[in-house]
Amino acid sequence: MKLTVCIGSSCHLKGSRQIVEQLQALITENALEDKVELVGTFCLGACQTGVSVKIDETLVSLRPEDVNTFFEKEVITKL
Amino acid sequence: MRKFDTKVQYLKYKVLTEVARLAFRGELLENVNNIPKTIVPGKEATMRCCVYKERAILAERVTLAMGGNKSNPNVIEVIDIACDECPVGGYEITESCRGCIAHRCEDACPRDAIKFDDEQKAFIDKAKCVECGRCAKVCPYSAIISKKRPCENSCKAKAISMSEDKTAKIDNEKCVECGACVYQCPFGAIMDKSYILDVIDILKNSRDNKAYKVYALAAPSISSQFTYAKLGQVITGIKQLGFYSVVEAALGADMVADAESRELYEKGLLTSSCCPAFVKFLRQDFPDLADKISHNLSPMATLGKYIKMRDKTAKVIFIGPCTAKKSEIHLDAVSPYVDSAISFEELQALFDGKGVDITQATEDVLDNASYFGRIFARSGGLADAVRQGLKENGIEDFEYKPVSCSGLEECRTALLKLRAGKLDANFIEGMACLGGCISGAGCLTHGEKDKEQVDKYGREAYEKTIKEAITVLK
Repeated sequence: MKLTVCIGSSCHLKGSRQIVEQLQALITENALEDKVELVGTFCLGACQTGVSVKIDETLVSLRPEDVNTFFEKEVITKL
Repeated sequence: MRKFDTKVQYLKYKVLTEVARLAFRGELLENVNNIPKTIVPGKEATMRCCVYKERAILAERVTLAMGGNKSNPNVIEVIDIACDECPVGGYEITESCRGCIAHRCEDACPRDAIKFDDEQKAFIDKAKCVECGRCAKVCPYSAIISKKRPCENSCKAKAISMSEDKTAKIDNEKCVECGACVYQCPFGAIMDKSYILDVIDILKNSRDNKAYKVYALAAPSISSQFTYAKLGQVITGIKQLGFYSVVEAALGADMVADAESRELYEKGLLTSSCCPAFVKFLRQDFPDLADKISHNLSPMATLGKYIKMRDKTAKVIFIGPCTAKKSEIHLDAVSPYVDSAISFEELQALFDGKGVDITQATEDVLDNASYFGRIFARSGGLADAVRQGLKENGIEDFEYKPVSCSGLEECRTALLKLRAGKLDANFIEGMACLGGCISGAGCLTHGEKDKEQVDKYGREAYEKTIKEAITVLK
């Protein structure tokens, strides 16, 4: 699975760094380095609803406080 | 509000704008020959001897605005018919000499080059004079002046001389493409080639970023430019031109500062590699010291590389204050990562050529880099950022001694000392322009306030440390 976090200006100001750090920690915690690839990209074209995150090709919007729930529901269960 | 420092810049801007306007509409080829007359429509000459000469020179500017002479690799070109063939006599004694008794000029001259005629008026024996200017400094009547060409004076790489027909000539082996002469020539007889047509092609062929995405890398000195609008409006304007996203080149600077501090620790002695004019100067005039240049790509190329790694079909265009960047993008190590480079002057021309009024635009945001990445734009910023990099990398057993060289003359002094083993520093920050990138030749305005603007913009960064800024780059 590939998680692409938008690190464009708008999402960056809404907390993409925190999200990247949290996801990074969760991946390490769950020893999923081989299964989940985490990358950044500049702008996913949904600046209004950021922070934009793509799960493979599906675009979702995420807030830093929702990362744990997101990781459990959308990542761990779908691996 | 005024957009430019000089009328020469304004004239160049008018040409660039007209070329851009026609190119955006796809009407350039059939109308290119009409541009000079569009700009100088009347019968009365306002700049030169006649309107025909004005138009002939404008035609040359149009050629440069369309990429210039392809067989000349230098991005800086002399428009020989625009060169006023200024006197090159060096120091001369004028009519203001009163034939005084003190003769301070004579005492000040270290070479015994000041002589006197029957009326006790001074003249200079050019066979002995070394153009040191001491006589001019001490004359109580300011009767001694230097007749050195502004272009030659501005060229600290010593690449400009007089050709056989008396026009200015650039030695490509010495020129570092910093653009100082472009900004300093009062007749606008030296101009940087423009790649705006490449940029307009890239934007058009992207078909609204559907065929591929076009990223603008904005240099941090943008914060001191376009002062008649807000930075957020400039960002919106860039997107209205057809760019998909605007990214701070300063994030590349954060990446460089982090890597450069580690490289410095490993090697013990390093020069920066961010300023392409400085790197070229070092390679040309100090080839024996070339192994001291940091292996890092410039912030522009570093970030371009990252973007292209994430988005394989992306096109990357640098927007900055620099003429030398237009040359850097053609280097083998850089060309895969950056597709084109334009100056702030040219960005202004693109705005007006497409009819984008940034003062009416909504405010977008620009935030990718840290304080340290942003202050790369001014002299001393890179050295501060490397200090921070050392700290953030936990490198404590290293005594950091940076020297920040503002302008090529300071760079030369530091490199001469380094060669002689007399440099009391282990990191050379080399910037070809006085004051750093904020004084680049491609800036719209050059002023005292620019440094403050950059520092203020730096402090506004959301990320306060280098590591914070680069953690997102997974």
